[in-house]
Amino acid sequence: MSAVSDQLVTFAILVYLIAMISHAVEYALGNVRAVSARVAPARELVGAGVGGAGVDKVDGPVADAPAGTPPPTRRSRSAGRARLAGRIAAGLTVLAAALHLGALVTRGIAADRMPWGNMYEFVLTVTWIGTAAWLVVLWKRPALRRLGLFLTLVMVLLLAFAELKLYVPVVPLMPALQSYWFIIHVSTIVFSSGIFLLGVVPAVSFLLRNGYEQGRRSFPYTLARRLPGAADLERLTFALHAFAFPIFTFAVIAGAIWAEAAWGRAWGWDPKETWAFISWVVYAGYLHARATPSVKRNVATWIAVLGFLTVLMNLFGVNFFFTGLHSYAGVE
Amino acid sequence: MTTVEDRPASPPAEAPRRPNPLLALLRNSWRQLTSMRTALILLFLLAVAAIPGSVLPQRGVNPENVDRYFVEHPELAPQLDRIGAFEVFGSVWFSAIYLLLFTSLVGCILPRMRDHLRALRARPPAAPKRLDRLPQHTVLEAPAAADPAAIAAVLRRRRWRVQVRGNEVSAEKGYLKETGNLLFHTSLVAVLIGVALGSWYGWHGNKLLVAGAENAFCNTRQQYAEAKLGPRVDSADLPPFCLTLDGFDARFLPSGQPASYRATVTVDRPDGSDRRTADFAVNSPLRLGSANVYLLGHGYAPILKYTDRYGRSQTSTVPFLTSGDANLTSEGVAAFPDANVDPVTGRRDANQQVAFEGLYLPTAPDTAPFVSSRFPEERNPAVVLAAYRGNLGLDAGIPGSVYQLDQRQVTSGKLTQVGDKKLAPGETWTLDDGSKLEFLGTKRYITLSVRHDPGEKLMLGACVVLLVGLMGSLFGRRRRVWFRVTPPDSGSPTGGSSLVSAGGLPRTDHPGFAEEFAQLVAAVRDDGRPDRRAREGVE
Repeated sequence: MSAVSDQLVTFAILVYLIAMISHAVEYALGNVRAVSARVAPARELVGAGVGGAGVDKVDGPVADAPAGTPPPTRRSRSAGRARLAGRIAAGLTVLAAALHLGALVTRGIAADRMPWGNMYEFVLTVTWIGTAAWLVVLWKRPALRRLGLFLTLVMVLLLAFAELKLYVPVVPLMPALQSYWFIIHVSTIVFSSGIFLLGVVPAVSFLLRNGYEQGRRSFPYTLARRLPGAADLERLTFALHAFAFPIFTFAVIAGAIWAEAAWGRAWGWDPKETWAFISWVVYAGYLHARATPSVKRNVATWIAVLGFLTVLMNLFGVNFFFTGLHSYAGVE
Repeated sequence: MTTVEDRPASPPAEAPRRPNPLLALLRNSWRQLTSMRTALILLFLLAVAAIPGSVLPQRGVNPENVDRYFVEHPELAPQLDRIGAFEVFGSVWFSAIYLLLFTSLVGCILPRMRDHLRALRARPPAAPKRLDRLPQHTVLEAPAAADPAAIAAVLRRRRWRVQVRGNEVSAEKGYLKETGNLLFHTSLVAVLIGVALGSWYGWHGNKLLVAGAENAFCNTRQQYAEAKLGPRVDSADLPPFCLTLDGFDARFLPSGQPASYRATVTVDRPDGSDRRTADFAVNSPLRLGSANVYLLGHGYAPILKYTDRYGRSQTSTVPFLTSGDANLTSEGVAAFPDANVDPVTGRRDANQQVAFEGLYLPTAPDTAPFVSSRFPEERNPAVVLAAYRGNLGLDAGIPGSVYQLDQRQVTSGKLTQVGDKKLAPGETWTLDDGSKLEFLGTKRYITLSVRHDPGEKLMLGACVVLLVGLMGSLFGRRRRVWFRVTPPDSGSPTGGSSLVSAGGLPRTDHPGFAEEFAQLVAAVRDDGRPDRRAREGVE
């Protein structure tokens, strides 16, 4: 089972990689108007995921296309190809997510527990949550599909890093982790981290796009030429963070309750706890900044990006550089 | 000419009401402090100030690492210590930031609470003159019977707060957002109060407990290796109970990774009453009501019997401490300061004291070097000891560790090494002066943390409220709608029916408001209309 899991991870990385290339093709071929015109294409994701059958059907109602549709020029042909590439990319992402889930499940079966016992398994789960949440977003807002390029890039990088640097064989849990709080605390931490991970994609895209819409045409901003509108990206950023923040808060509280039972104190400024506190404060700052009209939206979004950096620091930095009570990573 | 008249820009009416400059300063500072900008800056500072607490070792978390830092950075460490860098979370600057933040918070939520209480009792405001200027607006053609009272009933059924004024209906919904927001912020203050209660009225101590009735421990200040009592706690306040370690069960995987720990203890009062046995483990502490006992670690205490040159023997059970090694390689020292007392004179010679320092290996390797254990269980136990004779320096009155020899005595030559040896249980080592050391075996020990924190319940309750409030604050949405019924106008194209114009205003970001508004308008239009389908067919 453990070997199956390892192979599934490798396959998942490969499929994410191909999905990323498809997204890149879509990105290279497409143009902005072709995307923004398609406002309500329902269920295309399901069609692409289940098989080719549904794809043709949803192609028809290009909902709000202007009445005088231009003749099939070279440009619109390439737009059509871009759309196809984008759909293939979305379908591949579904496939990769399925393989990824399979890897998690087989890993859990091999270990006979939830697959969150060390850093390798943790990263594997966080990235899967990120992908799954992305697929939900994609289903509800297909117009945001181009963000998939950045998402798959992040997935490939994180999963490859996990596979190469963090891999540890399957072992049972340490006594300190043998508690039902393990499931409650770690699952919510994993879930909220996954949503924060996803949330940083529209956040960075918004920062790029916002600069682009304000007329900047120098390097990183040019990347945003074909991204969805800044306002949509910003709203999605907020929605994801507002969704993840209470879960993260709950996870930290659950961790404190567990820490009381395991270590005798609810809060002890262990490095992991300190960085969770920092993340919480930064994300609270983001939500406040977002709710304050006098703070510009791009300033607020920068705070969200900073928050994600603190989450990364907590996951990687604290595990590698500090020793503390949370040293279960298996990366000595 | 006065200075006031030199400033034509200021309106003349303000001059006589010029406030006391001190009051103005105070008021302006208060406004600054309670502004969102300041709160954001303080939040940011709080996050930044916490970083050194994770980068530098902290006394509250790991005092040994702080000592090591002092040794490794002799120049820098005292400087850092002066600014509280090793006690970040109790330092003046960290406290200043969070106290300012909480002051700002209280200053912000108190007026909002007042306003919100007012808003909860107030009636929804009158409709604006031009409903068509609102983000949501529609005019619907309704039958003559559609009167404000009927519209109000529709809204009330959908749990809007409704006020009818003449031909206008005002309604508002989503007060939960502000309620939740205030609950969230108030519970933050409650969490802080819980922390303060815990640090004032709480206490905790750490204890190393060796198995056996002769090593029983009673909960008094003196019996703790280290204890911290809150400023409002006296030594006499510690609840009286005693613990005896009866057994300790540790299981390990073949790889050496621990699989489970369980300690069995006898609990009683100092006078021996209320005796009972209890089990506890990592993650399931022993809860005694007046205090909780947590299992932190475990190890082995070798039993060493030393027979001095006059034939008098002493037995010592010495806990050897692990240095974080998973296979429980442990270090320790067995000191016999009262060895070699001359039986004739009865005098103790301070230069004939004996100590053994070295390692205990639960599973020693088969061949040298004997420096680390191969497995955490006792499969091939051995002590590897160096014998020292001379002055141990214990009489100087300088407090020293019982787990280490005083290295000053060794370097000054007052204490000299007289050989070393590896001993398995039952083996005896005869030293150069004819004295003997016998390794009898080991006993288990556990390390415990005994704690009482009266603030925890408040913190837990506050955290529950905090979460509920946070949800309300993030997902609640305040919005207002108005309906205005215009009486039938004979000249209008609609003939005999009245017009109802409706407007909606989301007071917070609410992407779904348009949909909700449309549904509401449809409900008002179709209220009590049996021929709804037919009508929609006509449209």
